Amino acid sequence: MQTTSSSRCIPGTTLFDADQARKGYALNKMCFSFNNEAARREFLQDEAAYCARFGLNAEQRAAIASRNVLALIAAGGNAYYLAKFAGIFGLDMQDIGAQQTGLTKEQFQAKLYAAAEV
Amino acid sequence: MAQLVGAITTSHVPAIGKAIARDLQQEAYWKPFFDSFPPVHSWLQQARPDVAVVIYNDHGLNFFLDKMPTFSVGAAPSYSGADEGWGLPVGLPFPGNEDLSWHLVNSLVADEFDITTCQEMLVDHALTLPMKLLWPKAEQQGAWPVTIVPVCLNTVLFPLPTPARCYKLGQAIGRAIASWQSDKRVVVVGTGGLSHQLDGERAGFINKQFDQQFMQSLANDPLWATQYSIPELVEQVGTQGIELLMWLTARATLSGVGGGGARELHSSYHIPISNTAAGVMLFEPAAQPVVQEEALAA
Repeated sequence: MQTTSSSRCIPGTTLFDADQARKGYALNKMCFSFNNEAARREFLQDEAAYCARFGLNAEQRAAIASRNVLALIAAGGNAYYLAKFAGIFGLDMQDIGAQQTGLTKEQFQAKLYAAAEV
Repeated sequence: MAQLVGAITTSHVPAIGKAIARDLQQEAYWKPFFDSFPPVHSWLQQARPDVAVVIYNDHGLNFFLDKMPTFSVGAAPSYSGADEGWGLPVGLPFPGNEDLSWHLVNSLVADEFDITTCQEMLVDHALTLPMKLLWPKAEQQGAWPVTIVPVCLNTVLFPLPTPARCYKLGQAIGRAIASWQSDKRVVVVGTGGLSHQLDGERAGFINKQFDQQFMQSLANDPLWATQYSIPELVEQVGTQGIELLMWLTARATLSGVGGGGARELHSSYHIPISNTAAGVMLFEPAAQPVVQEEALAA
Protein backbone atom coordinates (compact mmCIF):
# COMPACT_ATOMS: atom_id res chain seq x y z
CA MET A 1 0.00 0.00 0.00
CA GLN A 2 1.45 3.34 -0.96
CA THR A 3 1.94 5.57 2.01
CA THR A 4 0.17 8.88 1.82
CA SER A 5 0.52 9.20 5.52
CA SER A 6 0.42 12.46 7.40
CA SER A 7 2.23 10.65 10.14
CA ARG A 8 4.53 12.38 12.46
CA CYS A 9 6.01 10.32 15.18
CA ILE A 10 4.04 11.04 18.34
CA PRO A 11 4.73 8.24 20.82
CA GLY A 12 1.69 6.13 21.65
CA THR A 13 -0.41 7.92 19.05
CA THR A 14 -1.89 6.83 15.73
CA LEU A 15 -3.29 9.50 13.43
CA PHE A 16 -6.35 8.26 11.54
CA ASP A 17 -4.89 8.99 8.12
CA ALA A 18 -5.13 7.42 4.66
CA ASP A 19 -3.28 4.25 5.68
CA GLN A 20 -5.50 3.68 8.69
CA ALA A 21 -8.68 4.55 6.80
CA ARG A 22 -7.85 2.08 4.02
CA LYS A 23 -6.87 -0.66 6.42
CA GLY A 24 -9.77 -0.20 8.79
CA TYR A 25 -12.80 0.51 6.59
CA ALA A 26 -14.66 -2.78 7.21
CA LEU A 27 -13.93 -2.73 10.94
CA ASN A 28 -15.05 0.88 11.28
CA LYS A 29 -18.16 0.24 9.20
CA MET A 30 -19.14 -2.59 11.51
CA CYS A 31 -18.56 -0.42 14.59
CA PHE A 32 -20.58 2.41 13.01
CA SER A 33 -23.50 -0.03 12.70
CA PHE A 34 -23.55 -0.29 16.52
CA ASN A 35 -25.37 3.05 16.66
CA ASN A 36 -28.37 0.79 16.24
CA GLU A 37 -29.68 -1.25 19.18
CA ALA A 38 -30.85 -4.13 17.00
CA ALA A 39 -27.39 -4.35 15.43
CA ARG A 40 -25.76 -4.53 18.85
CA ARG A 41 -28.04 -7.40 19.82
CA GLU A 42 -27.35 -9.19 16.56
CA PHE A 43 -23.60 -8.88 17.09
CA LEU A 44 -23.87 -10.35 20.58
CA GLN A 45 -25.96 -13.27 19.32
CA ASP A 46 -23.38 -14.34 16.73
CA GLU A 47 -20.15 -12.34 16.66
CA ALA A 48 -18.45 -14.42 13.99
CA ALA A 49 -21.35 -14.16 11.57
CA TYR A 50 -21.67 -10.43 12.19
CA CYS A 51 -17.93 -9.86 11.54
CA ALA A 52 -18.13 -11.99 8.40
CA ARG A 53 -21.04 -9.97 7.06
CA PHE A 54 -18.93 -6.81 7.23
CA GLY A 55 -15.94 -8.56 5.66
CA LEU A 56 -13.49 -8.17 8.51
CA ASN A 57 -10.07 -9.68 7.87
CA ALA A 58 -8.40 -12.17 10.22
CA GLU A 59 -6.50 -9.48 12.14
CA GLN A 60 -9.69 -7.48 12.66
CA ARG A 61 -11.70 -10.53 13.73
CA ALA A 62 -9.01 -11.50 16.22
CA ALA A 63 -8.88 -7.94 17.58
CA ILE A 64 -12.66 -7.90 18.02
CA ALA A 65 -12.60 -11.29 19.74
CA SER A 66 -9.83 -10.15 22.10
CA ARG A 67 -11.61 -6.83 22.99
CA ASN A 68 -8.11 -5.35 22.89
CA VAL A 69 -8.24 -1.67 21.95
CA LEU A 70 -4.59 -1.37 20.90
CA ALA A 71 -5.04 -4.37 18.59
CA LEU A 72 -8.22 -2.79 17.19
CA ILE A 73 -6.32 0.43 16.46
CA ALA A 74 -3.49 -1.55 14.84
CA ALA A 75 -6.14 -3.20 12.65
CA GLY A 76 -7.29 0.23 11.41
CA GLY A 77 -9.94 1.06 14.00
CA ASN A 78 -10.84 4.68 14.65
CA ALA A 79 -11.40 5.81 18.24
CA TYR A 80 -14.84 7.28 17.60
CA TYR A 81 -16.25 4.10 16.03
CA LEU A 82 -14.43 1.83 18.48
CA ALA A 83 -16.15 3.72 21.30
CA LYS A 84 -19.45 2.30 20.04
CA PHE A 85 -17.99 -1.22 20.16
CA ALA A 86 -16.80 -0.61 23.73
CA GLY A 87 -20.26 0.67 24.61
CA ILE A 88 -21.74 -2.77 23.95
CA PHE A 89 -19.85 -4.03 26.99
CA GLY A 90 -20.63 -1.00 29.13
CA LEU A 91 -17.00 0.12 29.15
CA ASP A 92 -16.40 3.83 29.69
CA MET A 93 -13.46 5.88 28.43
CA GLN A 94 -11.51 5.35 31.63
CA ASP A 95 -11.83 1.56 31.35
CA ILE A 96 -10.51 1.86 27.81
CA GLY A 97 -7.74 4.24 28.87
CA ALA A 98 -6.67 1.88 31.63
CA GLN A 99 -6.62 -1.09 29.26
CA GLN A 100 -4.45 0.70 26.70
CA THR A 101 -1.96 2.03 29.23
CA GLY A 102 -1.65 -1.16 31.27
CA LEU A 103 -2.92 0.57 34.40
CA THR A 104 -5.75 -0.25 36.76
CA LYS A 105 -8.73 2.10 36.44
CA GLU A 106 -7.76 3.71 39.76
CA GLN A 107 -4.19 4.28 38.54
CA PHE A 108 -5.48 5.74 35.29
CA GLN A 109 -7.80 8.11 37.18
CA ALA A 110 -4.90 9.16 39.40
CA LYS A 111 -2.89 9.99 36.30
CA LEU A 112 -5.69 12.28 35.10
CA TYR A 113 -5.88 14.08 38.45
CA ALA A 114 -2.10 14.47 38.42
CA ALA A 115 -2.38 16.44 35.16
CA ALA A 116 -4.22 19.15 37.11
CA GLU A 117 -1.30 19.60 39.50
CA VAL A 118 1.27 20.49 36.84
CA MET B 1 -29.27 43.31 9.81
CA ALA B 2 -28.82 40.45 12.24
CA GLN B 3 -26.62 41.02 15.23
CA LEU B 4 -23.86 38.69 16.39
CA VAL B 5 -24.11 39.07 20.17
CA GLY B 6 -21.26 36.82 21.27
CA ALA B 7 -19.44 33.51 21.18
CA ILE B 8 -19.38 30.74 23.78
CA THR B 9 -16.95 27.83 23.81
CA THR B 10 -17.43 24.72 25.92
CA SER B 11 -16.35 21.10 26.26
CA HIS B 12 -18.86 18.42 25.23
CA VAL B 13 -17.64 15.20 26.95
CA PRO B 14 -20.33 12.44 26.71
CA ALA B 15 -20.10 11.82 30.47
CA ILE B 16 -21.69 15.27 30.98
CA GLY B 17 -24.88 13.78 29.51
CA LYS B 18 -24.92 11.03 32.13
CA ALA B 19 -24.30 13.58 34.90
CA ILE B 20 -27.25 15.69 33.69
CA ALA B 21 -29.52 12.64 33.29
CA ARG B 22 -28.71 11.52 36.85
CA ASP B 23 -28.81 15.01 38.37
CA LEU B 24 -25.21 14.88 39.62
CA GLN B 25 -24.40 18.56 38.94
CA GLN B 26 -23.73 19.36 42.59
CA GLU B 27 -21.68 16.26 43.39
CA ALA B 28 -18.02 16.93 44.22
CA TYR B 29 -16.73 15.47 40.95
CA TRP B 30 -19.08 17.53 38.75
CA LYS B 31 -19.59 20.72 40.74
CA PRO B 32 -16.49 22.62 39.53
CA PHE B 33 -17.54 22.06 35.92
CA PHE B 34 -21.25 22.86 36.25
CA ASP B 35 -20.49 25.85 38.50
CA SER B 36 -18.67 27.49 35.60
CA PHE B 37 -21.97 27.98 33.74
CA PRO B 38 -24.12 30.38 35.82
CA PRO B 39 -22.19 33.45 34.58
CA VAL B 40 -22.90 32.29 31.03
CA HIS B 41 -26.59 31.78 31.89
CA SER B 42 -26.81 35.33 33.24
CA TRP B 43 -25.19 36.69 30.12
CA LEU B 44 -27.59 34.71 27.90
CA GLN B 45 -30.55 36.19 29.78
CA GLN B 46 -29.30 39.67 28.98
CA ALA B 47 -28.06 38.97 25.46
CA ARG B 48 -31.35 37.23 24.52
CA PRO B 49 -30.13 35.42 21.38
CA ASP B 50 -32.81 34.12 19.00
CA VAL B 51 -30.53 31.82 17.05
CA ALA B 52 -27.47 29.72 17.92
CA VAL B 53 -24.94 28.76 15.26
CA VAL B 54 -23.35 25.67 16.81
CA ILE B 55 -19.90 24.71 15.53
CA TYR B 56 -19.16 21.10 16.52
CA ASN B 57 -17.65 17.84 15.32
CA ASP B 58 -19.63 14.69 14.59
CA HIS B 59 -18.30 11.51 16.25
CA GLY B 60 -19.73 8.94 13.88
CA LEU B 61 -23.45 9.51 14.22
CA ASN B 62 -24.42 11.53 11.13
CA PHE B 63 -21.31 10.95 9.03
CA PHE B 64 -19.42 7.76 8.30
CA LEU B 65 -16.19 7.34 6.32
CA ASP B 66 -18.16 6.66 3.13
CA LYS B 67 -18.75 10.42 2.87
CA MET B 68 -16.78 12.72 5.11
CA PRO B 69 -17.20 16.43 4.42
CA THR B 70 -14.55 18.71 5.85
CA PHE B 71 -17.12 21.41 6.59
CA SER B 72 -20.89 20.93 6.54
CA VAL B 73 -23.84 23.15 7.35
CA GLY B 74 -27.27 21.98 8.46
CA ALA B 75 -30.27 23.33 6.54
CA ALA B 76 -33.06 21.32 8.15
CA PRO B 77 -36.33 22.46 9.76
CA SER B 78 -35.35 20.52 12.89
CA TYR B 79 -32.55 18.40 14.29
CA SER B 80 -32.64 15.42 16.56
CA GLY B 81 -30.09 13.44 18.52
CA ALA B 82 -30.10 9.65 18.26
CA ASP B 83 -28.66 6.51 19.80
CA GLU B 84 -24.87 6.91 19.57
CA GLY B 85 -24.21 3.34 20.58
CA TRP B 86 -24.84 3.64 24.29
CA GLY B 87 -28.64 3.62 24.22
CA LEU B 88 -28.97 6.89 26.16
CA PRO B 89 -32.35 8.67 25.98
CA VAL B 90 -32.73 11.17 23.14
CA GLY B 91 -33.73 14.68 24.22
CA LEU B 92 -36.03 17.32 22.83
CA PRO B 93 -35.39 18.01 19.12
CA PHE B 94 -33.96 21.41 18.15
CA PRO B 95 -35.85 23.75 15.83
CA GLY B 96 -33.70 24.76 12.86
CA ASN B 97 -33.42 28.25 11.45
CA GLU B 98 -33.68 27.52 7.75
CA ASP B 99 -33.42 31.17 6.74
CA LEU B 100 -30.03 31.59 8.39
CA SER B 101 -28.93 28.12 7.22
CA TRP B 102 -29.48 29.01 3.57
CA HIS B 103 -28.04 32.47 3.98
CA LEU B 104 -24.95 30.89 5.55
CA VAL B 105 -24.70 28.30 2.76
CA ASN B 106 -24.94 30.98 0.07
CA SER B 107 -22.60 33.34 1.84
CA LEU B 108 -19.94 30.72 2.62
CA VAL B 109 -19.86 29.35 -0.92
CA ALA B 110 -19.64 32.89 -2.31
CA ASP B 111 -16.75 33.34 0.13
CA GLU B 112 -15.03 30.27 -1.41
CA PHE B 113 -15.87 27.81 1.37
CA ASP B 114 -17.34 24.90 -0.60
CA ILE B 115 -19.29 23.39 2.25
CA THR B 116 -21.64 20.40 2.18
CA THR B 117 -25.30 21.32 2.73
CA CYS B 118 -27.40 18.91 4.80
CA GLN B 119 -31.21 19.05 4.67
CA GLU B 120 -31.26 16.15 7.09
CA MET B 121 -28.75 15.85 9.87
CA LEU B 122 -28.57 13.91 13.11
CA VAL B 123 -26.75 15.84 15.82
CA ASP B 124 -24.65 14.02 18.40
CA HIS B 125 -23.51 14.82 21.94
CA ALA B 126 -21.16 17.50 20.65
CA LEU B 127 -24.23 19.62 19.86
CA THR B 128 -26.87 18.31 22.25
CA LEU B 129 -24.81 18.55 25.47
CA PRO B 130 -23.66 22.15 25.03
CA MET B 131 -27.31 23.08 24.38
CA LYS B 132 -28.30 21.40 27.67
CA LEU B 133 -25.44 23.17 29.46
CA LEU B 134 -26.37 26.59 28.10
CA TRP B 135 -30.15 26.23 28.54
CA PRO B 136 -30.51 23.67 31.36
CA LYS B 137 -34.25 24.27 31.88
CA ALA B 138 -35.32 24.24 28.25
CA GLU B 139 -36.16 20.54 27.95
CA GLN B 140 -38.15 20.59 31.20
CA GLN B 141 -40.06 23.58 29.89
CA GLY B 142 -40.66 21.78 26.61
CA ALA B 143 -39.09 24.33 24.25
CA TRP B 144 -35.62 25.54 23.28
CA PRO B 145 -35.37 29.34 23.51
CA VAL B 146 -33.32 29.50 20.30
CA THR B 147 -33.44 28.04 16.82
CA ILE B 148 -30.18 26.54 15.63
CA VAL B 149 -27.87 26.20 12.65
CA PRO B 150 -25.34 23.34 13.03
CA VAL B 151 -21.91 23.73 11.43
CA CYS B 152 -19.90 20.50 11.52
CA LEU B 153 -16.10 20.18 11.16
CA ASN B 154 -14.38 16.90 10.31
CA THR B 155 -12.07 15.79 13.12
CA VAL B 156 -12.36 12.06 12.31
CA LEU B 157 -10.54 11.43 9.04
CA PHE B 158 -7.19 13.05 8.31
CA PRO B 159 -6.34 15.39 6.71
CA LEU B 160 -8.22 17.76 9.02
CA PRO B 161 -8.64 21.42 8.09
CA THR B 162 -5.71 23.48 9.35
CA PRO B 163 -6.19 25.86 12.25
CA ALA B 164 -5.60 28.76 9.85
CA ARG B 165 -8.39 27.49 7.58
CA CYS B 166 -10.74 27.07 10.53
CA TYR B 167 -9.99 30.62 11.61
CA LYS B 168 -10.88 31.91 8.15
CA LEU B 169 -14.08 29.82 8.19
CA GLY B 170 -15.00 31.44 11.48
CA GLN B 171 -14.40 34.88 10.01
CA ALA B 172 -16.58 33.97 7.03
CA ILE B 173 -19.37 32.75 9.33
CA GLY B 174 -19.13 36.04 11.22
CA ARG B 175 -19.43 38.00 7.98
CA ALA B 176 -22.40 35.88 6.92
CA ILE B 177 -24.24 36.53 10.17
CA ALA B 178 -23.55 40.25 9.89
CA SER B 179 -24.97 40.36 6.36
CA TRP B 180 -28.15 38.39 7.17
CA GLN B 181 -31.22 40.53 6.47
CA SER B 182 -32.97 39.88 9.75
CA ASP B 183 -33.61 41.48 13.10
CA LYS B 184 -32.50 38.31 14.91
CA ARG B 185 -29.82 38.15 17.56
CA VAL B 186 -27.30 35.38 16.95
CA VAL B 187 -24.92 33.64 19.35
CA VAL B 188 -22.11 31.37 18.14
CA VAL B 189 -21.24 28.26 20.14
CA GLY B 190 -18.04 26.26 19.60
CA THR B 191 -17.84 22.86 21.29
CA GLY B 192 -15.14 20.30 22.14
CA GLY B 193 -11.79 19.96 23.83
CA LEU B 194 -9.74 20.87 25.56
CA SER B 195 -6.69 18.58 25.69
CA HIS B 196 -7.45 14.86 25.78
CA GLN B 197 -6.54 11.63 24.08
CA LEU B 198 -8.74 8.54 24.18
CA ASP B 199 -6.74 6.16 22.00
CA GLY B 200 -3.31 4.55 22.06
CA GLU B 201 -0.66 4.08 24.70
CA ARG B 202 -0.77 7.84 25.25
CA ALA B 203 -4.44 7.67 26.36
CA GLY B 204 -5.08 9.98 29.29
CA PHE B 205 -2.74 12.65 27.95
CA ILE B 206 -3.65 16.15 29.16
CA ASN B 207 -1.61 19.34 28.64
CA LYS B 208 -2.69 22.00 31.10
CA GLN B 209 -0.01 24.48 30.12
CA PHE B 210 -0.90 24.42 26.44
CA ASP B 211 -4.64 24.60 27.14
CA GLN B 212 -4.19 27.66 29.29
CA GLN B 213 -1.96 29.31 26.72
CA PHE B 214 -4.57 28.57 24.06
CA MET B 215 -7.40 30.01 26.14
CA GLN B 216 -5.38 33.12 26.84
CA SER B 217 -4.62 33.47 23.14
CA LEU B 218 -8.33 33.46 22.28
CA ALA B 219 -8.65 36.57 24.42
CA ASN B 220 -5.45 38.39 23.50
CA ASP B 221 -3.96 36.98 20.32
CA PRO B 222 -6.53 34.85 18.48
CA LEU B 223 -4.22 34.06 15.57
CA TRP B 224 -1.72 32.36 17.89
CA ALA B 225 -3.06 28.82 17.30
CA THR B 226 -2.95 29.26 13.52
CA GLN B 227 0.84 28.88 13.60
CA TYR B 228 0.43 25.13 14.25
CA SER B 229 -0.06 22.25 11.83
CA ILE B 230 -2.60 19.58 12.75
CA PRO B 231 0.05 16.97 13.73
CA GLU B 232 1.79 19.60 15.87
CA LEU B 233 -1.50 20.34 17.60
CA VAL B 234 -2.19 16.63 18.16
CA GLU B 235 1.20 16.38 19.80
CA GLN B 236 0.32 19.29 22.10
CA VAL B 237 -3.29 18.49 22.98
CA GLY B 238 -3.92 14.84 22.08
CA THR B 239 -5.81 13.16 19.25
CA GLN B 240 -9.20 14.41 20.45
CA GLY B 241 -7.88 17.63 21.96
CA ILE B 242 -7.75 18.72 18.32
CA GLU B 243 -11.38 19.71 18.94
CA LEU B 244 -10.03 23.06 20.05
CA LEU B 245 -10.46 23.85 16.33
CA MET B 246 -14.13 24.48 17.11
CA TRP B 247 -13.16 27.00 19.78
CA LEU B 248 -10.87 28.76 17.35
CA THR B 249 -13.56 28.83 14.64
CA ALA B 250 -16.18 30.16 17.05
CA ARG B 251 -13.84 32.84 18.38
CA ALA B 252 -12.90 33.90 14.84
CA THR B 253 -16.54 34.71 14.03
CA LEU B 254 -15.98 37.85 16.10
CA SER B 255 -12.97 38.80 13.96
CA GLY B 256 -14.84 38.75 10.69
CA VAL B 257 -16.57 42.09 10.74
CA GLY B 258 -15.04 45.51 10.42
CA GLY B 259 -11.72 44.60 11.98
CA GLY B 260 -13.33 44.56 15.40
CA GLY B 261 -12.32 42.17 18.10
CA ALA B 262 -13.70 40.40 21.11
CA ARG B 263 -13.73 40.91 24.83
CA GLU B 264 -13.46 37.93 27.14
CA LEU B 265 -16.27 37.99 29.73
CA HIS B 266 -15.79 34.61 31.37
CA SER B 267 -13.27 31.81 31.42
CA SER B 268 -13.06 28.60 33.39
CA TYR B 269 -10.86 25.49 33.22
CA HIS B 270 -11.04 22.21 35.11
CA ILE B 271 -9.24 18.81 35.06
CA PRO B 272 -10.62 16.21 34.62
CA ILE B 273 -14.07 15.44 33.28
CA SER B 274 -13.79 11.80 32.26
CA ASN B 275 -10.42 11.81 30.42
CA THR B 276 -10.64 15.44 29.39
CA ALA B 277 -9.53 18.90 30.44
CA ALA B 278 -12.79 20.83 30.36
CA GLY B 279 -13.25 24.53 29.78
CA VAL B 280 -15.79 27.27 29.16
CA MET B 281 -15.24 30.72 27.67
CA LEU B 282 -17.55 33.59 26.76
CA PHE B 283 -16.76 36.49 24.44
CA GLU B 284 -18.69 39.48 23.21
CA PRO B 285 -17.84 41.74 20.29
CA ALA B 286 -15.55 44.67 21.06
CA ALA B 287 -15.56 47.83 19.00
CA GLN B 288 -11.82 48.34 19.38
CA PRO B 289 -9.94 46.71 16.51
CA VAL B 290 -7.32 44.16 17.44
CA VAL B 291 -4.50 44.39 14.94
CA GLN B 292 -3.62 40.71 14.84
CA GLU B 293 -7.20 39.77 14.02
CA GLU B 294 -7.07 41.35 10.60
CA ALA B 295 -4.00 39.52 9.37
CA LEU B 296 -5.92 36.53 8.06
CA ALA B 297 -8.83 38.46 6.60
CA ALA B 298 -9.66 37.43 3.05
